[in-house]
Amino acid sequence: MAKEFVPAGADLELRGIRKEFPGFTAIENLDLQIPAGEFFALLGPSGCGKTTTLRIIAGLDEPTSGQVMLGGQDVTFTKPHERPVNTVFQSYALFPHMSILENVAFGLRLRKIENPVPKAMDALNLVELGYAAERRPQQLSGGQQQRVALARALVNRPSLLLLDEPLGALDLKLRRQMQIELKAIQMEVGLTFLHVTHDQEEAMDMADTVAVMHKGRIEQMGAPEALYERPKTAFVAKFLGQSNIFVGQSVESSANSLSIEIAGTKISVPKNRAEKQSGKIAIGVRPEKAFFHHQAPAASADLNILGPGEIKDIRFTGVSNQYLIEIPNVGDLIVFAQNVGMSPVAELGQQVWVSFKVEHTFGLADLPAGDED
Amino acid sequence: MKKLQLGRKVLPLYSLLALVYLLIPIVYTIAFSFNNSKGRTNTTWQGFTFAKWGDVCSQAGICEAFGNSLFIGAVSTVVATILGTAIAIALVRYRFKFRSLVSLSLFLPMATPEVVMGAGLAALFFNMGTEQGFVTIIISHVMFCLSFVVVTVKARVQTLDPVLEEAGRDLYANPAQVFWRITFPLLLPGIVSAALLSFALSFDDFIITYFNAGPVTTFPLLIYVAASKGVPAETNVIASGVFLLAIFLVIGTQIASNARAKRHAKFH
Repeated sequence: MAKEFVPAGADLELRGIRKEFPGFTAIENLDLQIPAGEFFALLGPSGCGKTTTLRIIAGLDEPTSGQVMLGGQDVTFTKPHERPVNTVFQSYALFPHMSILENVAFGLRLRKIENPVPKAMDALNLVELGYAAERRPQQLSGGQQQRVALARALVNRPSLLLLDEPLGALDLKLRRQMQIELKAIQMEVGLTFLHVTHDQEEAMDMADTVAVMHKGRIEQMGAPEALYERPKTAFVAKFLGQSNIFVGQSVESSANSLSIEIAGTKISVPKNRAEKQSGKIAIGVRPEKAFFHHQAPAASADLNILGPGEIKDIRFTGVSNQYLIEIPNVGDLIVFAQNVGMSPVAELGQQVWVSFKVEHTFGLADLPAGDED
Repeated sequence: MKKLQLGRKVLPLYSLLALVYLLIPIVYTIAFSFNNSKGRTNTTWQGFTFAKWGDVCSQAGICEAFGNSLFIGAVSTVVATILGTAIAIALVRYRFKFRSLVSLSLFLPMATPEVVMGAGLAALFFNMGTEQGFVTIIISHVMFCLSFVVVTVKARVQTLDPVLEEAGRDLYANPAQVFWRITFPLLLPGIVSAALLSFALSFDDFIITYFNAGPVTTFPLLIYVAASKGVPAETNVIASGVFLLAIFLVIGTQIASNARAKRHAKFH
């Protein structure tokens, strides 16, 4: 198999994948479906099992149990060289004893595809490195090497392209540029991309679907906007962007909202945005959806109001300021304020109230670490 | 300041003396290859001649012994290099039972005095009823060359990133293709130096060969035997020839690698 050129991407399905290493379990019971032609990001901190997942899909590791299905075929025990899958490795892994052109032509030659050199040259031109065809990998910069690695994988028109943190070694500006290029190339060639990364901005920026992985399991999966709007677990809420999270015993306050009470202050969440409807629950809000006021705002059913508190820290990040506000008996809150006027909007040590709309809150399925029952 | 001045003058002189001291036997050997000696002795200067260089094989046994040494060296090198390379890759890349024991025992031939190894092998071959000759010489040469090959190639394997081989597998190369297209070319510099070292060790070996040669005469054995009666000038010719060849090889590779380094430097 895998001898013919596959014109477009194939569906990938992982069924109950489990991977044990001596002494620990890297992946436990992982189910995943990636439709053909999608740009899918597997996001997680280092050690969460995402690279192991990638290696199992590439065939470089075998799962302890479970199945890998590619385009409807079971490839769990197919050798890596027999899978229509190519990888862009984190360290690029370019062959140092070959020219750039020969690196790119490598896969074509091994599959005995006709005219490997012109095809490799086309792939190099796609990543705008045609002029460097005769150079050795050591003579290229990190960004150039990354593009060669991409061309070397893409030229084979794999059903599935795996990207193992390929932008990790690049500086910020180059990374932004490569993100745009990578996305454009994926749209152009229409292949299925599986991108493994620990950079949440990169995942949200490029992927159609993001799966957040934690301790060998998928915590949550969905479109970047949906994931950011409605994180379902404390881990996702904190790993994907920042969150203010409040924990308390739930009481029903109205027909369509739940509330918790902390130090006499009521915080509400719409019922249809709460994962857990009773008991001790965690309610969160994004820092950019919270505002501070110099006077106590008028109470309203659709507004959560906290305070007064004191501004403990102001961080200037260019487009916005990040304020750390300490509210007695409630804890610390982070509020982002855009620098639309003159910065800063408030002074250190000032007394402020914080408000956020009930409809902007989200109720989590679990409690943050340290707040468990 | 004064100390430095002194060092600047003494150090070159000292280096020069050390160099002369090291070169005297070689220069002596080369010079006496042009000695117009009569008969089997070559100890006193009897006039300059190119005759010995033109007619190396006139003395009985010299060229035969030289040929034997070349043959034994070549076979031992090929066998030891192939086995040693495979062992080195296995030791670095795979975890298996007795791995550290194998690793340790490979150092034994290097640490054991040659006399002990030679005598031990001779006793072993005798007890097994193996007739001494080319086979026993080659077996014993492979044995001690193997250690040096493993040590040399292992160092190279350790610098080889396994992800390169994984990239090869990912790009449709089966295990044999991965080895020949990726692993082998990347290990080649290490393998070549291991082979050169093996050949030099085998070609040069006297003690172990002496115990296990039987009727076969190698070049070092011939010189040893001849030395008691006076070494013929033809041996000087061969020794000088080997020395000059080695020097040219070393200088050649140096020039080639310098040129390569310069070419690479241009791009940076």
